[in-house]
Amino acid sequence: MSSITNIRIVGVGGQGILLASSLLSEALLHSGHDVKTTEIHGMAQRGGSVFTDVRFGQRVYSPLIPEGSVDILVALEVLEAGRHVGSLREDGTALVSKQTIPPLAVALGAAEYPDDLIDRIGAVVRTVEVIDALDLARKAGNVRTANTVVLGALSRHLEASPEVWGEVLRARLGARLLEVNLRAFELGRAGNAERDSQAEPVTS
Amino acid sequence: MAKSASARTAPRLLSGNEGIARGAFEAGVRVACAYPGTPSTEILETLATFPGVHAQWSVNEKVALEVAIGASLAGARALVAMKHVGLNVASDPFITFSYTGVKGGLVVVTADDPGMHSSQNEQDNRHYARLGKVPMLEPSDSQEARDFVLAAFELSEQYDTPVLVRITTRIAHSRSRVEAGERREREPAGFESNREKYVMIPAHARKRHPIVEDRMTRLAEFAESTDLNRVEGNGGGLGVITSGVSYQYVKEVCPEASILKLGLTYPLSARLVTEFASDVDQLFVVEELDPFLEEQVRAMGLRLIGKERVPRTGELNPHLVRSAVRGVAAVEARPGLSDLPPRPPVMCPGCPHRGVFHVLNQLKCVVFGDIGCYTLGVLPPLAALDTCICMGAGVGNALGMEKALDGDRPVVAVIGDSTFIHSGITGLIDIVYNDGHSTIIILDNATTAMTGHQDHPGTGRTLQGREGPALRFEELARAVGVRHVSVVDPYDLAGTRRALEQAIDVDEPAVVISRHPCVLVERRTDSQPLCVDEERCEACGLCLRLGCPALATVPPRGASRKRKARIDPVLCRGCRMCAQVCKQEAIVRAGGE
Repeated sequence: MSSITNIRIVGVGGQGILLASSLLSEALLHSGHDVKTTEIHGMAQRGGSVFTDVRFGQRVYSPLIPEGSVDILVALEVLEAGRHVGSLREDGTALVSKQTIPPLAVALGAAEYPDDLIDRIGAVVRTVEVIDALDLARKAGNVRTANTVVLGALSRHLEASPEVWGEVLRARLGARLLEVNLRAFELGRAGNAERDSQAEPVTS
Repeated sequence: MAKSASARTAPRLLSGNEGIARGAFEAGVRVACAYPGTPSTEILETLATFPGVHAQWSVNEKVALEVAIGASLAGARALVAMKHVGLNVASDPFITFSYTGVKGGLVVVTADDPGMHSSQNEQDNRHYARLGKVPMLEPSDSQEARDFVLAAFELSEQYDTPVLVRITTRIAHSRSRVEAGERREREPAGFESNREKYVMIPAHARKRHPIVEDRMTRLAEFAESTDLNRVEGNGGGLGVITSGVSYQYVKEVCPEASILKLGLTYPLSARLVTEFASDVDQLFVVEELDPFLEEQVRAMGLRLIGKERVPRTGELNPHLVRSAVRGVAAVEARPGLSDLPPRPPVMCPGCPHRGVFHVLNQLKCVVFGDIGCYTLGVLPPLAALDTCICMGAGVGNALGMEKALDGDRPVVAVIGDSTFIHSGITGLIDIVYNDGHSTIIILDNATTAMTGHQDHPGTGRTLQGREGPALRFEELARAVGVRHVSVVDPYDLAGTRRALEQAIDVDEPAVVISRHPCVLVERRTDSQPLCVDEERCEACGLCLRLGCPALATVPPRGASRKRKARIDPVLCRGCRMCAQVCKQEAIVRAGGE
């Protein structure tokens, strides 16, 4: 069981989490691992909380990550990172995009969007990497590639080779989207990780 | 029988749904029918991409199964797929088709939803195997999804019975490795008349029932030795009987356990189960939802631990299984961060349903709801729906309340275009026939949205891309006798209000068609986002009551203590519904800045 690596990708419906999960799991499969993933459909585009689990190793049984066993929490949005931080192992890693998307309750003034989440996450998780995915996505040429940026940042934690990632992106993305996503992936992988708690959260 | 000897493709990651489609394709399926329903929808969407398969959306699950039965009687292999509640709709042909038996193999896939990720209940459809007296297979991953469908078609033809393949969300929407094989084409033998087999008048049906009972006895014998079931482990100590995704959780958290992994979960072989039980010291049954396996095992006279520890509600996960088997919460969940605002799904910015709900709130009607994206209208701040029971229910519900209250309070029903075709038409006819005067609002957004934007007879386009005549709601309403039929654009709030007031006012049935395409289907690039003129905004909060995700408030600035409104230009689709409710004319086009 300890030879399994558990990755949970979280965010808001519409951010492209299913695509990120699909690319990640393909890259892991082509690197020779047994892989299982699970996800929830239907509500995915309606702006609700979504998560997908990706597990890999020699032989994976449960598609769902056992409680408290997430090795790497990949969060495309800050509030969702906070929501799932309890699923992380104590010595796990949180990879968090700075993007904030206020839920409806906050927009209506019925709740507050906490402004200290990155700090609170850092207090309970050993390793926190913060990435300005929206900014890097804009640099790549399309703000909607933020999910690929984060995938690139994640790739630094995994053994899958750049060649495998390139093949997977080429196979999954049509010609029109390929170039900008390759750029986004590279920018994320090149690393712009910062641990900057003074920076203002970036709104979508 | 479970593994195909000809599996030879490189392993790919497939979802359980894709695995089922792959298995059906390799089995030579010619006709596949379904109505979209999470978590089953991708089965037909995948089948539709394979050559040699006629794959269609049917108007509802009952018709889907009836079409498949026709194909089966012609000697072709056929498959139907649906979510759990869909089998309720298809249950009439399902139960009797067990009596007639098949010609070409027929597989019914039911995709259950423990935990109700996208459903109105979490019924356990394994009971249908027992009620219908058909064999049932439960795959535990995507490879088995493919393998078991191949096996199911063999079983169907060998035992002359429809076969139920039962999966759940974590099988349907989990991906795992699959090695696939080649398709075996099969020429349909054609229809051979056999009235005693296919015409279920009582005289014929009475002869079929004993045949059905005998079939189940022979299948129980088959269950004893088939490799669809297997025993893992060396006996002694902990023994677990399990199936489906629960098997994976048991393997994850109880690696030392002996396991009776059931792939054929109805009927059970008493000999197989009692032999396994005699080999272990402590017997558990781990299954989601109902004690379906447990009650059958107890009826064999065996002692076991089951639902006194394993939850009956919601889906299982490794943690819950570990707690149940160990008898203690083995891993304390780390505290998450507390007091985080919730994030439920919401209607998209620009969703046309928003306009209708806003007007209905103003008119203070009782609103009978139905199933689709518009069901999200129940959530605050719109809170515009009063009921939602099942597909098409709202239409009949409205008539019932009318009759009970003697037409005292205006009742309206809202129903989506696809839902109306599924099972709202019959309710509308009932209203006309039984002298109701309810107002039915058909929300025509030209798609079946919530399940992923599938076509339906209202669009005229089929699953496999044929463009055909589109069903016309106005003409249909008139044809069933509704005289008061109107069409509105829900983006026009004043126009929508006028139409609804008139419809409610007349003392006869009325149909209002609220027509505007779903914003996710018609991805317009020319819609100009709006913005709030802060000098005019009085922070009254009226626009916020529409509940649009593009609208938010900003912290008070300067001397003002009010939170004024702000529109996110990236999310805004320029529908102008907020501009229409604003009494200060403070919402304007953002262009030119």
